[in-house]
Amino acid sequence: MQIMIFGQIDLILLLASLMVASTPILLAALGELVVEKAGVLNLGVEGMMITGAVVGFAVGVNTQSPAVGFLAAALAGALLSLLFGLITQYLKSNQVATGLALTLFGLGLSSLLGKPYEGVKAATLGKMHLPFLSDIPVLGPILFRHDPMVYLSILAVVAVWAFLTYTRPGLILRAVGENHEAAHALGYKVVRVRLLAILFGGAMAGLGGAYVSLVRVPQWTEGMTAGAGWIALAIVVFASWRPLRVLIGAYLFGGVSVLQLNLQAAGVAIPVEYLSSSPYLVTILVLVIISLRGQHGAPGSLGRIFHASS
Amino acid sequence: MKLKLERRAAPSALVSGATPVLAVIATMIAGGVMFWALGANPAEAIRIIFWDPLFGDFASYTRGQLLIKAGPLILIAIGLSLGFKAGIWNIGAEGQYIIGAVVGAGVGLAFYPTESRLIFPLMVLAGAFGGWAWAMIPALLKTRLGTNEILVSLMLVYVAQNILASMSTGLLRNPDGMGFPGSRNIARDFPAAANPELIAGTGIHWGVVAALIAVIFAYVLMTRHRMGFQIRLAGEAPKAARFGGVRPRRLILFTLGMGGALAGLAGLFEVAGPAGQISIDFNSGYGFTAIIVAFLGRLHPLGILLAGLLMALTYIGGELAQTMIGMPAAAIQLFQGMLLFFLLAMDVFANYRIRLGRTEVKA
Amino acid sequence: MTDALLRLDGLTKAYPGVVANSDVTFQIKPGEVHALLGENGAGKSTLVKTIYGLVKPDAGQMHFGGVPFAPANPHAARAAGVAMVFQHFSLFEALSVAENVALGMDDPPGRRQLSASIREVSAAYGLPLDPERLVGDLSAGERQRVEIVRCLLQNPKLLIMDEPTSVLTPQEVEILFHTLRKLASEGTSILYISHKLEEIRALCEDATVLRLGKVVGTCDPREKTAAELAEMMVGSALHVPERTGGEAGEVLLEVSSLSLPAPNEFGTALRDISFSLRAGEILGIGGVAGNGQDELLAALSGESLAAPGTVKLSGQDVSRARPDARRRLGLLSAPEERLGHSAAPGMSLTENALLTGEIREELTANGFIRWAKARGFAERIIEAFDVRTPGTETAAGALSGGNLQKFVIGREILQKPRVFVVNQPTWGVDAAAAAQIRQAVLDLASEGAGVIVISQDLDELMEISDHFSALNEGRLAPIRIARGLSIEEIGLMMGGAHDMQDVAPEARA
Repeated sequence: MQIMIFGQIDLILLLASLMVASTPILLAALGELVVEKAGVLNLGVEGMMITGAVVGFAVGVNTQSPAVGFLAAALAGALLSLLFGLITQYLKSNQVATGLALTLFGLGLSSLLGKPYEGVKAATLGKMHLPFLSDIPVLGPILFRHDPMVYLSILAVVAVWAFLTYTRPGLILRAVGENHEAAHALGYKVVRVRLLAILFGGAMAGLGGAYVSLVRVPQWTEGMTAGAGWIALAIVVFASWRPLRVLIGAYLFGGVSVLQLNLQAAGVAIPVEYLSSSPYLVTILVLVIISLRGQHGAPGSLGRIFHASS
Repeated sequence: MKLKLERRAAPSALVSGATPVLAVIATMIAGGVMFWALGANPAEAIRIIFWDPLFGDFASYTRGQLLIKAGPLILIAIGLSLGFKAGIWNIGAEGQYIIGAVVGAGVGLAFYPTESRLIFPLMVLAGAFGGWAWAMIPALLKTRLGTNEILVSLMLVYVAQNILASMSTGLLRNPDGMGFPGSRNIARDFPAAANPELIAGTGIHWGVVAALIAVIFAYVLMTRHRMGFQIRLAGEAPKAARFGGVRPRRLILFTLGMGGALAGLAGLFEVAGPAGQISIDFNSGYGFTAIIVAFLGRLHPLGILLAGLLMALTYIGGELAQTMIGMPAAAIQLFQGMLLFFLLAMDVFANYRIRLGRTEVKA
Repeated sequence: MTDALLRLDGLTKAYPGVVANSDVTFQIKPGEVHALLGENGAGKSTLVKTIYGLVKPDAGQMHFGGVPFAPANPHAARAAGVAMVFQHFSLFEALSVAENVALGMDDPPGRRQLSASIREVSAAYGLPLDPERLVGDLSAGERQRVEIVRCLLQNPKLLIMDEPTSVLTPQEVEILFHTLRKLASEGTSILYISHKLEEIRALCEDATVLRLGKVVGTCDPREKTAAELAEMMVGSALHVPERTGGEAGEVLLEVSSLSLPAPNEFGTALRDISFSLRAGEILGIGGVAGNGQDELLAALSGESLAAPGTVKLSGQDVSRARPDARRRLGLLSAPEERLGHSAAPGMSLTENALLTGEIREELTANGFIRWAKARGFAERIIEAFDVRTPGTETAAGALSGGNLQKFVIGREILQKPRVFVVNQPTWGVDAAAAAQIRQAVLDLASEGAGVIVISQDLDELMEISDHFSALNEGRLAPIRIARGLSIEEIGLMMGGAHDMQDVAPEARA
């Protein structure tokens, strides 16, 4: 049975599209990882992604330049996250509730902004065939014939990892997330560090959203991120707050969604609705496995409100 | 001179009651700016949304709509507020609402076309059970394994939506519907299972009655009963709660279960009444809007009652604005999101005192 | 005047409702060990935070090395040569020792070099440390070493130490003092903050005494008796708790081979704890923080459940009973952390009375709360224990530490426990309230209850205990009669000097 299914699906194409399907979640999860490392839980990833998706698409259509679209999406995501940052960091609001508000707000904002763009086509990113590498049989088409954002997202993983592990600002960011009182006592600007992390998280979520609307689909439909932001949140937990594991997590989920789409297309005798549910069910399954293993590595001050007492 | 926040020992009850009002006013102002940006007359838009549904030309119709919208919002928000008070974040009420409707309608339709007085009560039980069971998934995962209930309950919304789609095109599809998706219309074609308007023109149906009962029940629970005390305690100081003898697992099962059951009930009353049938687009986001209602009502039963009515007003006002001045439907969703933002931002006044502080050293 | 390293002139800092520092003036000479003495709430912390750049004074000025000194933040203070060891550590558990040290420096050297310097300096001062270990895996004493080494690497001119000995055994204190004397002899000034009078008499050459934010005296502590210092600090002679009668009666609580795994990543496992407690007896349990105190209280209160047969109350096995069931049987407790554990800060005193009083005071009926009765219970506590509060509807978090602690202790004692377990009954409480609480505990025992007092304050334990033991890495030392125990013996029960090395026994002044 297994072989038959795969017999109808081009395995190389499937693996290549896996990388494309994973990229939005990877970008958003990587951003959220940095935010959580700084001790902030931003549940608004979905809202920032969908806003990034619509802004990126709209700007991409109007400028005919997907690159400018991505830039605008990052800016939009960052702006939205700034709202979250100001309210949680300066006005000390509850992070869970504010994150939910951000998601609800982003969903409303995006469907308002996106109305004129329904059914419109945008220019998409071209594929970059990496010289020599793309000619390697099998591996070439899978790994080295993608658009620049795919490579950029993988570079971002390495960059975030190096930043957190080897640089002093990275160390300070981790310190702030681990114990904000101690960081404050040593003279570090807790709120400022967190605000910067939140902005980065917003920009990355915006990029992830734009990747959905500009490359993966590519068009604008209301609610098109369909929970990808929430899955990104789950991946951060799955990855135990480690950048390289975020990559694995994102590709795992990308794999599941690509596989189920291919199974749908191949007309397997499982109702479409159940196949469509599979990414969400897999997320739950993964969360369960993580909790069985015991959650390790959560930053010590994650989600706690910081107020300098003096 | 610099503004300084100074933590209050305990949240100010007075300010805490006033912030929702301030948030509504701030949202009206910001919303006015948004409407202006959309090319509408802000004053007119605000009037259409907040005034016309109650006193405008179509008020005789829209007033009835108010309770129809407010009923499910209040019912769900009451359930959510119990969990939120205890620091348990069920954000999947939308899914519990859907499953409640599917199970309730399924039980009812199974008896079609039997006419018995028992069918509707049975459906009510089934609806509550459906929502409860759906909420038990995150609840049991959390109590048994410590899995995060926020993500699980949310993921289950998407699964529930797929189940809804599958049901309306499959198992529950109207056999006489000529292949169109969607179930038999319960409200129209199946009197024994229908949830009718009880007093003509008011919009009151069994769901509204249930919402009122839920408000009273929650009020008594939270202020008089030890369970309510334990819920508040667990949210306020989890370690103190355990020291005081609260059993956290029971609390999780109770609050998530209640939240699910009430959301399921809301779904059942909706499908058997105002919506009439199971269809792909049956759910309209009540489960998410109810989160706003719960916060706007300060997680207090009476506050939720008022907040539910207000939020229902914006729904109806939004629809009016859509037809009268062509305002996009999404604008009202944005408006509601804004309201929650303003509310959370203003919480700072309840939890902190704002002072002008000196920062310079006097020589 | 010019030879002072640090001079404070008229420093004043007011917070809403309280003046933390009022016109504080004194100076510290180079190479001097200077004590800053005062009760909880006397303004010591605010003062040192001002010197370290964390608090900006409303008025007054400082001179450091003869030049005006007004650090805008800790970085500036460190650049000038001020280093500080915090009372509640400014450490990051999930980070390594080296990373923690790097965070406390403004211009740390490269990784490899930093590790080498940590090894070198820590060995030179007898505070061995492995730079690669996670701080979360270290003992309280080792964590303090990280803080000290972090300071020493910056070659400070002034080292501020805020209550450094609360996490050390007597042997470790002795070694720390040698290290500090060595530092002082090398020219580093030390500002030593404590309320432990004997320590100050042993270590410091000069002392400034603070009371309610004001300087009330300066002296050479070596020339004063502890009682004289105490009187300067408190402003009046203290009431010494008295014990009336009380013969040990039958065994009330019996703990046998109690073992529990650590409740979380950085918690402590309890290992094979056995003891018994008789009616009328006070058992004092000492030990350095983080050696299983919280875990032992949780195992006795019912917050953690142990294996069957390990905890017996009057012969009845309660090991699997939850807190409520234990309260019903008369086993009451008061955990260390007031805000958030023994009381809910955001809730009223009435609600906090209900928190543990529900069963023994019958504050509910069929699950419904009898609010009037709960309020009455809260009123009785306030009355009997002299809790200063506007009323029963005031939030617990609005009370001062001492008043809230009196409320918490009173709440349990008024319920007439047969066995009462309390952790750190007077931590962070002013002297008058502390004396009152100790007296209440003594009275409770005289009336026939068995009492377990877990504390890090050895003076307190020696004052009130009949029997003494200590926790060390989750094990309980064999129980001894408290009277006549030497500080040496107590220190050994607490685990001795662990692996610290004494660097300079000859440096003793």
